[in-house]
Amino acid sequence: MTVLSVDGLSKTFDMHVLGDTQVVGLDDVSFDVREGEFLAVVGESGSGKSSLLKCLYRTYDPSSGEVVYHSPDGDIDLASCPDRTVIDLRGDSIGYTSQFLDEIPRVPAVDVVARPLIEQGVDREDARSVARDLLSALSVPESLWQAYPATFSGGERQRVNLAQALAPKPDLLLLDEPTSALDPDTRRAAIDLLSTYLGSETTVVGVFHNTDVVDAVADRVVVLDDGRLQRVVPTEAYDEEVVLG
Amino acid sequence: MTLLEARDLQTRYGPGCPRCVESTGDRAGTNQCPHCGSVVACADADLSVEAGEVVGIVGESGSGKSSLAELLALERDDDATTAGEVHYAGHDGNLLEVDYETRHDLRTGEIALVHQHIRDGLNLEFTGGGNVAEKLLSAGQRSYEDVRARIRELFDETEIPVARMDDPTSTYSGGMQRRVQIARALATDPDLVVLDEPTTGLDVSVQARVLDMFRRVQREEGVAAIVVSHDLSVVRLLADRTLVMRHGRIVESGLTDRIMEDPHHEYTQTLINSVI
Repeated sequence: MTVLSVDGLSKTFDMHVLGDTQVVGLDDVSFDVREGEFLAVVGESGSGKSSLLKCLYRTYDPSSGEVVYHSPDGDIDLASCPDRTVIDLRGDSIGYTSQFLDEIPRVPAVDVVARPLIEQGVDREDARSVARDLLSALSVPESLWQAYPATFSGGERQRVNLAQALAPKPDLLLLDEPTSALDPDTRRAAIDLLSTYLGSETTVVGVFHNTDVVDAVADRVVVLDDGRLQRVVPTEAYDEEVVLG
Repeated sequence: MTLLEARDLQTRYGPGCPRCVESTGDRAGTNQCPHCGSVVACADADLSVEAGEVVGIVGESGSGKSSLAELLALERDDDATTAGEVHYAGHDGNLLEVDYETRHDLRTGEIALVHQHIRDGLNLEFTGGGNVAEKLLSAGQRSYEDVRARIRELFDETEIPVARMDDPTSTYSGGMQRRVQIARALATDPDLVVLDEPTTGLDVSVQARVLDMFRRVQREEGVAAIVVSHDLSVVRLLADRTLVMRHGRIVESGLTDRIMEDPHHEYTQTLINSVI
């Protein structure tokens, strides 16, 4: 079953501050995402990977095309639905995390991770317990759980960020390079967690630049080049392409 | 559920003339009418707020943010001429035109304003507890014990030391005074709180604490909020949706992260690119 149908998605930025220059982020991208699959988005820097995820989450307003989310309550075009529909979906079905943790100061790591669960109505202590399990699985030292992430290293912050995104097990999870700052051991822990913590109910679209992560978790690979879709291939086929150069 | 629906809000200072609105705003590049000299502080403003939602209003000084917020909080400025409609769930008609009593009931019950200037919202000679008590009493509470208990609860919730509740508000720090304002606003369990420049005059460390406290309480209580700030980071932390104002007009609105990362309007792009 298809959970997301991306059709003719384009994004052009009108930069008024640069003398009305137009910058093309995405150009006529179409692909489907199947329910429960793990789709990796790969490509060179500037190929449009992050723009694609931001268009799916509506942090970017798509210029044209459709992003139809086949939700249990019916089809919703994420490219054109009202802002309030997006807010509701973000609250209970669609999660997103970027490379950079964006949190209010002075909230302890464990509460940063527990927050989305509490907002969904999970009991505060139950939510903290899930948060502690996730931080532990990602090897965040216990001494940091009550500390403020603003003071953490890049890798530690990224793990808090990833734990927060995983915690509510959204139906659709958009991950933008969530492991870029992690060392190989922690990256493996993150890979394990992606496959063990998330069940088959969660569909993931993720941007990764480490091929080991793609190999370990992705079912299919979307290859972008200069804002255009090159191809969508099963992970094994993509591996062969990489090996054969 | 839509809590508040506002249409065509306008605040004008000065005599006014038939060409005031068309001669001001974003395209005209000014909020002052060249024909009669009136200042159109805000005009053509439409917005709605859902229950439990946080809407941010950003713009530079003089863009009309506070004028708009005051209309939404049913605050009346006798020097200004106002127009437009504000509809509120559970009430018939245009709230800008209701009688004094209905307006008083709304402002002591369902809609609360946290003033930008602490002195406009608090009597600094009163005790901290007294400032909160005044709001409870004007909303009709009479039991001394109930009022004291509610103040303790609110101080606790807004992180003000309960032991200080009988000290004059003038002896409180700036951050504590701001928290008393918020405690006072929340006292009667409003559905909507309008915060005008909630971090003005506070140190950065105190700002974070006030914002964090407000965000926690806002979510726990499910109260909707309109947050007015010239500071994009305040709105980024609190608001689901954001309106950008310039020369008395709303020039752009959308999801807060969309406004920050994919600003469409030329002015919003300049604003986002000016953040230091």
